[in-house]
Amino acid sequence: MAGIEVSALHKRYPDGTVAVEHVDLSIGDGELFVMLGPSGCGKTTTLRAIAGLERQTSGDIRIGDTLVNDLPPAERDIAMVFQFYALYPHLKTRDNLAFPLRAEGLPKHEVQARVGEAARLMRLGPLLDRRPRQLSGGEQQRVALARALVRRPRAFLMDEPLTNLDAELRADMRTEIKHLQGELGATMVYVTHDQVEAMSLGHRIAILNKGRVEQIGTPLEVYDRPASLFCAAFIGSPPMNLIEVEVADGKLRGQGGLVLTPPPGLPRDRPLVAGVRPEALEVTAPGADRSVPARVVSAEWLGDEIIYVVDHSGGRDVRVRMPPTVRFAADAQVGLRHTGGTPAVYDVRTEELVA
Amino acid sequence: MAVSVDEAVSAGPTPDRPPPARRVRRRGHGRSVLEVVLLTVLAVVMLFPVLWMIETSIKENRDVYAVPAEFFGFTVTLDHFRDVFVGADGGRSALSVAFLNSVVVAGVSTVLATVLGVPAAWAYSRFTLKAKKDQLFFILSTRFMPPVVVVVPIFLMYRQVGLIDSKLGLILIYAAFNVPFTIWMMKGFVDEVPAEYEDAAMLDGYSRLQAFGKFTLPLLVPGIAATAVFALIFSWNEFVFAIFLTSSDDVRTAPPAIAGLIGGTTVDWGLVAAASVVFALPVLVFAYLVRRHLVAGVTLGAVRR
Ligand SMILES: Nc1ncnc2c1ncn2[C@@H]1O[C@H](COP(=O)(O)OP(=O)(O)OP(=O)(O)O)[C@@H](O)[C@H]1O
Ligand SMILES: [Mg+2]
Repeated sequence: MAGIEVSALHKRYPDGTVAVEHVDLSIGDGELFVMLGPSGCGKTTTLRAIAGLERQTSGDIRIGDTLVNDLPPAERDIAMVFQFYALYPHLKTRDNLAFPLRAEGLPKHEVQARVGEAARLMRLGPLLDRRPRQLSGGEQQRVALARALVRRPRAFLMDEPLTNLDAELRADMRTEIKHLQGELGATMVYVTHDQVEAMSLGHRIAILNKGRVEQIGTPLEVYDRPASLFCAAFIGSPPMNLIEVEVADGKLRGQGGLVLTPPPGLPRDRPLVAGVRPEALEVTAPGADRSVPARVVSAEWLGDEIIYVVDHSGGRDVRVRMPPTVRFAADAQVGLRHTGGTPAVYDVRTEELVA
Repeated sequence: MAVSVDEAVSAGPTPDRPPPARRVRRRGHGRSVLEVVLLTVLAVVMLFPVLWMIETSIKENRDVYAVPAEFFGFTVTLDHFRDVFVGADGGRSALSVAFLNSVVVAGVSTVLATVLGVPAAWAYSRFTLKAKKDQLFFILSTRFMPPVVVVVPIFLMYRQVGLIDSKLGLILIYAAFNVPFTIWMMKGFVDEVPAEYEDAAMLDGYSRLQAFGKFTLPLLVPGIAATAVFALIFSWNEFVFAIFLTSSDDVRTAPPAIAGLIGGTTVDWGLVAAASVVFALPVLVFAYLVRRHLVAGVTLGAVRR
């Protein structure tokens, strides 16, 4: 296994589309690194550049200690799993697995041993003699993963490998991939636009937007302190409430009267926005201690929680996550209060985290 | 000829793809009377000339002119077929030479168009190119004009470079006409084969060309067969270029040679019909042999999109 260094990657397609503006990544040996971002932000392009399937316009890519800019994919010693599994339709599972090994020219018994091992890891025993079309989507994906495993590559690249599976299977495969990665100590770059997948899988997450990295951090860091307004709006469902605030008397005051604890080192001379997670707010009975008057606009019952949309005098509507036991009717007069710690605060103009 | 090809194309659904709804309805509820009547009329109109050609080819020449025409009960003779291949002097006839020329010209030009067109189609399908759409449009635009429009300039060009009255000249012009068609048709087939196969193969240790040859190409065989049949039929049937650009018996292909039989003081209709039957057979047989490929789906069912 090996780490991957991407520096100042820029990719412009011949038709003029700039898919990757500027990306720096430093992926550790044995790390499960997730690239997360909306559609079209350049995730696939970055991954394909690492794989060598796409030549970057500028920038360097290192795998381990090797500068691989000019190496064809075949010589980079990495495996890739695609959203569409790319199993060879005319080959049985067994031969699909053996294929990359035969391409390398390994001796027969070695091929057999490795196929056996991968089949055991991914529990493919009964499927070995079937062709791809005789396999379900989940089974095909397991074969595709096993196919990536047999080569014992220096790193795995995965491009939305679970997108085509239904929700339940996706959760299972997620666990499986995480387990496998830990067991093998594999370096893995995992691309997804599903934040749940990113949060549950990644050791670290890179959030991409328009061909640039917005933030790199552990799932917790990314959730607690989004580095920019884009990240704040992208992570979490529902995402953070962005509340325009002013600093006064050592407090952050929102337009609707909400009072928040300011983080240290706030600049005073520019317009600020505080990012407040829906679970850091609380809907209370009207007039409760430290609450501001508010009105329930609507409520979404999700079973294990209720998301209230609340209008508080003059401020923007905010979303509040409450346990299902606390019920207010729509249009009810209520109180709104902040219960979390210090919020993340952003500069409105630069859209970046200031404190 | 066109009739047989059309039929071959629409024959039988493939198991992989659901047949169009129209066909399902027919299968499901039986054909309505109107459909049967219309199809019968169509079949008669289409097939009668063919039938008449076959009859004429086995009638003696005096029966050909019989009024009223004889449908049955004429003396059957195979003399005309002998005359197609054996000349008056007992050696090879001019017609048989023309048939051989047709085989060579149609075969080689089709191979050439396929060898050039398939990789081009692959490239157009797989790579991002500058002004790709414009390039493809330009390629297609060479087919907008019917041959008769360009035949005179080509005649002059050919005279300059010495390609007039040569099989090579015909092969080149047919290939030139078939390459755009091959590119367009094959691009559709290549688009259907997911590029990930090649990506995966390249990561597995193959070069781009090896990946194409080893994975994509086998999946394209049905498409190539279908495309080649159409190219072959075009070259085999082509008349305008053949009659303008060739003149001598040992270069001429079958269509102008057969047409050459008509004219003069007496026309040996039996010979014309027999030559036409012989001329029509190879394409029929070929289209029949590859009919499965003409309709086969391209990928083998591993595609989940
Ligand atoms: N071969 C190509 N030629 C031209 N433009 C391309 C090509 N491939 C991708 N692009 C463009 O580059 C941008 C980034 O594409 P990319 O596939 O990397 O996005 P992505 O983040 O993987 O999106 P998704 O989540 O939809 O897969 C998009 O605007 C896309 O249209
Ligand atoms: Mg993508």
